[in-house]
Parts: sequence; C-alpha cells; structure tokens
Amino acid sequence: MTEVVYEGQKATNPQDASQSRYYGFSMRIRITFIKQGALRYTGHLDLHKLWERAARRAELPLAYSQGFHPQPKMNLAAALPLGFSSRCEVLDMRLEHDIPIDDLPTRLNQTLPPGIQVMDVEQVDERAPALQTQVLSSEYDVELTEAVDEAELQQKIDSVIKSKAIPRERRGKMYDLRPLIEELRLRPDGKLFMRLAAREGATGRPEEVLDVLGIAFEGTRIERTRLIFQL
Amino acid sequence: MLTHQRLTPAQIESRLDRILLKVQKPGRYVGGELNSITKDWDKVATKVAFVFPDIYDIGVSNVGLKILYDQVNQREDALAERAYAPWLDMEALMREHEIPLYTLESKRPLADFDIIGVSLPYETLYTNTLNILDLAGIPVRSDERDETHPIIVAGGHSTMNPEPMHAFIDAFVVGEGEEVIHDIINTVQSFKRLKVEGSKPVNLPTFKRETLLKELAKIQGVYVPRFYEAYYLEDGTLSHIEPTVPDVPKIVTKRIVPVLPPPPTKFIVPNIDIVHNRVSVEIMRGCTRGCRFCHAGMITRPVRERTVEEVLQAAEEAIRNTGFEELALLSLSSSDYTHVLELVTRVGEKFGGTHLKIGLPSLRIESVSIDLMEKLKDSRSGGFTLAPEAATERMRRIINKFIPDEDIINTTREIYRRGWTTIKLYFMIGHPSETLEDVQAIADLCNRVLAEGRKVIGMKAKLNVGVSTFVPKSQTPFQWVSCDTPEQIRAKQSLLRRELMRDRSIKLSLTKAEDSFLEAWLSRGDRRMADVVYSAWKNGSKFDAWQEGQKYEAWMQAFEEHWLDPLFYTHRQRRTDEVFPWEHITAAVRKNFLFQDFRASLEGEIRVDCRLNCFACGILPTFANMRRENPGDVWKCPDVKSPLSTNTAAMSSLKLPVVGD
Repeated sequence: MTEVVYEGQKATNPQDASQSRYYGFSMRIRITFIKQGALRYTGHLDLHKLWERAARRAELPLAYSQGFHPQPKMNLAAALPLGFSSRCEVLDMRLEHDIPIDDLPTRLNQTLPPGIQVMDVEQVDERAPALQTQVLSSEYDVELTEAVDEAELQQKIDSVIKSKAIPRERRGKMYDLRPLIEELRLRPDGKLFMRLAAREGATGRPEEVLDVLGIAFEGTRIERTRLIFQL
Repeated sequence: MLTHQRLTPAQIESRLDRILLKVQKPGRYVGGELNSITKDWDKVATKVAFVFPDIYDIGVSNVGLKILYDQVNQREDALAERAYAPWLDMEALMREHEIPLYTLESKRPLADFDIIGVSLPYETLYTNTLNILDLAGIPVRSDERDETHPIIVAGGHSTMNPEPMHAFIDAFVVGEGEEVIHDIINTVQSFKRLKVEGSKPVNLPTFKRETLLKELAKIQGVYVPRFYEAYYLEDGTLSHIEPTVPDVPKIVTKRIVPVLPPPPTKFIVPNIDIVHNRVSVEIMRGCTRGCRFCHAGMITRPVRERTVEEVLQAAEEAIRNTGFEELALLSLSSSDYTHVLELVTRVGEKFGGTHLKIGLPSLRIESVSIDLMEKLKDSRSGGFTLAPEAATERMRRIINKFIPDEDIINTTREIYRRGWTTIKLYFMIGHPSETLEDVQAIADLCNRVLAEGRKVIGMKAKLNVGVSTFVPKSQTPFQWVSCDTPEQIRAKQSLLRRELMRDRSIKLSLTKAEDSFLEAWLSRGDRRMADVVYSAWKNGSKFDAWQEGQKYEAWMQAFEEHWLDPLFYTHRQRRTDEVFPWEHITAAVRKNFLFQDFRASLEGEIRVDCRLNCFACGILPTFANMRRENPGDVWKCPDVKSPLSTNTAAMSSLKLPVVGD
C-alpha cells in the first residue's frame, strides 16, 4: 500500500534503474480495466497474480525477470485500496515478443473473472518511464449509502477547501492532507467527487477525507473514476 | 443458534458490504472466482451446498470437493455451490449482524439448499462442522431437524469411523463420491418432487424426512446412523451394533468407482492468495505399499491408475482454464505409478520453459526419484521431501516401511550433489513399541544425512526435519494399539530437540502433543464421543487444527461432563476380540487381514508391495464382479478368474469376523 507522506518528497523508484535494461526486444502493452464487484476485495499483490494467470490463460508471451525466482514483468499504475471499485485501472505488461493487439481485449475478457473487464489495450513505448511514476492524481466518486444532511456536509466541504492545512496522523506519522486534496465537491446526484494527489510518496486517501468530513467509511461506496497521468 | 428470518441474497450482500472491510482477507467471503458456477436458482430442481469446514484458504484447493462440484454442476437438474468456515473475526461479525452462513456463488443461506455436503477428511474439523450448521441457522443435531431443513451429508476419509459425528450428520458417504452423489441427488429429487406436486392443496401429506433418509440408507456406500443402535459391555467397549429397521445393510461397504473418471479441469481460481495455488491432477488412487500406520493406504484400495495421455491432457486443459503457476501430480506414492518416468518426461517436454512449477510429491527414497525430479529441472518447486518415517530396522519392520539407512544416505547425498541445498525428511514418533533408542536413531540419522551432505556441498547443506506423532486410525492394522502417553511423547520430543537443535542447519518441527490426542480420541471414538464433540463445541472449541481456535481445556471439560475418560480412547491396547465402534462400516479390507498384518508387525515381518504378491486384503472378493468387468491393467490387483456370482456371498464374508488366536 502507498504511504502518505509530505508532499514534495522526491519520488525514487528502485525499479526504474532495472527497467532501463529491458530495451530493444520486448513489447510493452498498457491495459485499462474495470475492477468491481467481488474483485473489490482483491488487493494489490493478489491482482498481480490475477494478471499473471490471465496472461497464461490468454497465452500471452509474458516476460519474466531472470534469476532464481523469476517474476512477471508488469506494473500497476496506482494501488487501489481494498473495497474500492474502479473504472480506470491501468497495468503495463511486458511481452517477450510482439503480438497483434487488436483482439486482445476480447481474448483477455474471455478468460477474466466477472469483476474484471478490459476496456482498452494499447502498445506503449518500451522505454517510457515506469507507469507508477507517471500518475499525478486520482479521481473518486463517493456514493453515500446512509442519509446525510446535505447542507451540513456542504459546509464541511467549504471549510476543508478554505483551510490552509489539515494536519493528520496516519500509522504514527503526521502529514498535511490539505495539499493532497485537489478538488472536492458535492455533485447534484448526491455523490461526493474528489480529486486527490496520487504521486509516488504523495497520495491522498479518500477515507482520510471522509473522516475529516465526518462520514463513516462503511456508509459509502467508493469508485475510482479517473487516473491522471503526466503527459 | 442464530434464529433469523431467511435473508435474501440481496439482503445478505448489503449486510456484508458493511462488515467486509473490517475483517482480514475479505476476499475469502465474496466469491466471484473464475470457473465458479452460478446457475439460475429457479430453474434447477435440486440445490447442493458443498462445505469444507475450514477457512477458504485451505478449502478451495480441496480436490475431492472439486470433483463433486463438477459432477453436480454437469447435471441440468441440479446445482452445486460452496461455503467455507468463516475465520473467527468474520464469524463474530456475522453473528453480530445476523448474517447466516451463505454460499459464495448465489449468496443464499445454506438453509435454502436441499442437500449440504460436508467434507470431513480429518477429525479436527468436527467442531467446525457443528459451528457451521449453527451459523447457518440449522439445528446441529440430526434428530432436531425436520422436513424444512436440508439433508446433511458428510464424506471423506474420517467417515471410515463416522460414530463420533453420528448425532449431527444425517447420512455419511463411505468411500468414493463420484457416483454416489448422483444416487443421493436422484433420491432426494424423487421426494422433493412429491413435495412440490403435493404442496398446492394444503392438506396433502408432504414427504417425511425419516422416509427419505430410509431411502438414502438403501444406497450402497451410504450410512444413515439413526437406523443403527450401539450396545455396550460393562467395560465400555461395544457388544454389537445393529440396524433398528429392516432394509438397511448390517454392514455398510465403501463405494468405489471401477475406473477413475476424467479428472476435473475447471478448477476455481481464487482472487486472493490461498495455501495451494495450483492445478492438481490425480494420477493414481490407492497405494500398494501397505505401510501399517497409513490410513489412506488401507482405505483407498484398490490401486487404479490414469493413463499418461489422460493425465497430460487434463493438465494441459486445466492450465489453460486456470492459468495457475503450479501443477501438482497427486497420488499416495508417485514412484509407484507404473509409467512415472514417461509421465515426467512428457510433462517436462510439454511445460518446460513456461514458468510453470511442477510438483511431484510422495517420492520413494531411491536414486530413480532424483532422476525424476531432474527431468523437471527448471520447473521443480521447492526442496526435496522424503519420508523415511522411522530410523531403526526394528521400527521399519513394525510399520512395514523398510528403507535401509544406506539407501537414505546414498539418496540424500545424491540429492545434495545434484543441486538441492535443502532436503526435508519426515518421521513419526509414537509407533507401537517404540523406545527412546528408536527416537535417538532418528536424530542420529538426520545428523548423518547432514554430515554427508556437507561433504558434498559444504555448509550450504540444510535439512528440515518434520516429526509428527503417530495416531492409530480405524480400519488399519494398528487399530488395536495404544497411543503414547503425554509423558512418552514429551520425552521423545525433548530428546529430538536436544539432539537436533544444536545444529543451525537443521530445522526441526514437531506437532503439539495435545493436537495428536484430539485426533486420537476421535479417530477411534464411539457414539458416546458425539456428546463430547457437542460439549467441546459448546464450551468454545472450534478450528481445532488451529492454535487460535482449539481449546484443550474445553475438551477435557466436555469429557468430564459426560463421565468419559479420554484415556479409554487413547491409551488402551484393544482386546483382540474387541468389537470396534466402526465394525458396521468397512473399507472392504477385512478385519481378519488387518489383524494378521498387526500380528506380522509384532513379529517384525515385512509384507512386500502387494503388486508383487496379493495378500488377500478383501478388496477382490468384495468387488469381484467389478474387477471381472474391468480386467487387466486398470487395477493393480490380480484378475478375478472365477465365474460371475449372482448372489451376495462375497459380501457375507464381511460379517463381523472373529479374530484372535
């Protein structure tokens, strides 16, 4: 899981260096998929395993690292907290050789469990930086399953927007939530919309925002609707 | 007991939504796995819920239930769904929020099903079974259920002595389930259909549960305990067990399939990490080695093998259907599979270079085993495991697993030489008549194995030693023997610790003495043990195979409540003419044969692999007709030459044999 730390800390990714080694002879594909239903309860690590199996079922030539415990070469853009659904998860997968990708969404969807659905597959430059270093922010829709006083909630939202700093403690560490909130508003359909920073080392968590707003986490359904990448 | 109104799937799901993020691994409780099957509830006549009474992580990969799930879902008129025991955190929340135990596929309460099929491979799942029924809002005792409740059926190895669970299970399946599950469904269907037809006019009689159970009792391999009565002698042992109604068999003989049906290939692919993330293909059922301590080896006879073609095809299909990263070729003794070399060669050819790990467990201690593992070179998983079980010639003769020290040393040395740095050796303590010298020999052998390994690869050599405690099981040659006392076990275990934990390259694991006793009371328990199981559960024992659940004190208190002595079940040498609580259940291996084999063990007499020499265990006379219709290599037993018998003379030979001098 991503840790929330102060904004501005430099992102370092130990995988960057190793990834620059894979040049020239592998294909990199980017898969955009929906994660919902029962799959909301499948965590980040298990999701890697799920994709490794999906690749094997669809007979994709998934590339593996060298060494005693070869690992499949794939990266998920941003960890999705347990219990959230998403319309926009993104995964990069490296293949040992080029394959036609037009029929890949269909091929994969035939072998995926009901809670995962591929929306799009595209080829990306294999030398592009690692996916998770390119994520800037993440947007969420929060459905409130229990009745709330909308006027009161609006007031709380306004005060969050107006505040200069929101000091919070998470897992024993202090941090400021405010700069991680890029946008927060109540939509006409009654859902709460938020755009939170999702950079490496500076990731806002929706449940922290909900806590500030006095909304019980179990009275919500949260969906990630968009990941915003650095161009 | 949870007494809630029947919740709909939607109601259950909405309650789950509120609690799932509060428990460890919520993915255990939501289903939605690839290859799970959800049929249209209203279009199917008979609904079966299969339950593995341990957590999801352990239950999902159970091959027995996988086979049955497939068998039932292949029928158009039936559906099968699954449920597992919720872990302690989830159970507490389910009770708090009044969520009954539900199936993962349709999220329907278990009480909505016609049949609940419980897998009982081992005794430590008994209290969990009671807990599951209770969580489902179903009366725990069979005689408290009525026509509105599902029929509770149990199968699995521990039903070879079903008596400690007789009060809770409506019908036990003894033996293999592939065919009998259909017989059970058909019988239930014939009754439930009556119920549907008769339910419109209000006063028409619907089916009687008792009548349905009586019909089930007529199916070969099905034991319905309510139609039998046990009579005891003054010393607490049994006088006899007999049916209380006509038409039910005096002795229930296990069910077998003549030929193994095609193995399942659409394994459920969990969305979370579980214990065995793999495809399992059963290559052979049964074992001809005749190790006297081995329950599985005695009760799964005869040996039937699948062809190499069939195994390969199933493996390929299953990998394509699941994408699993590991393939396990399962049997009780892989080395004994006739075409093991060909199988392994071809598996290596087919899956080499695909990042698939291949597991070939239960190899014999001989150099050929290393050649087999070498063939799986890049795809072999983990270390090399061997099971000498005992370390002195005397013990090896007693248990009928005779492997000379030199073979063990030569094989392990060769394993180290060929690139494995870790070897795992399994032993058992507590074999009949075992002394501290026999246990010392285990330590000496381990030290020698490691010393030899160091000569080859130096300090890289590692040795894991697993030592479990022997528990005598019903239907085996050791069903007469007494268990070691706690003091004996502790003395043997501390000897091993003292001798083996000095060396940092040796990792020793031992089973807790208490765990073995729990298994021991139940594996040879009688009907009176049902009260103890019930009280132990009431006193808070569940998850008896887990440190977090088991409460030894709860069990001791339960024994006291019912005036029973746990030592009666464990530390007592049985009389040679004793009537056992499971005498009316047979795995078709005769009591006389078991007794001769027990006698042979006392004499230190080895019995060779019964592929080489049939010792007339009883399988052939019982299943003579079946063997006659399926001659040749399909079974590893000799062919039956005698003409077809039309009467049941073969079966009558199984009537309570008198054994003794």
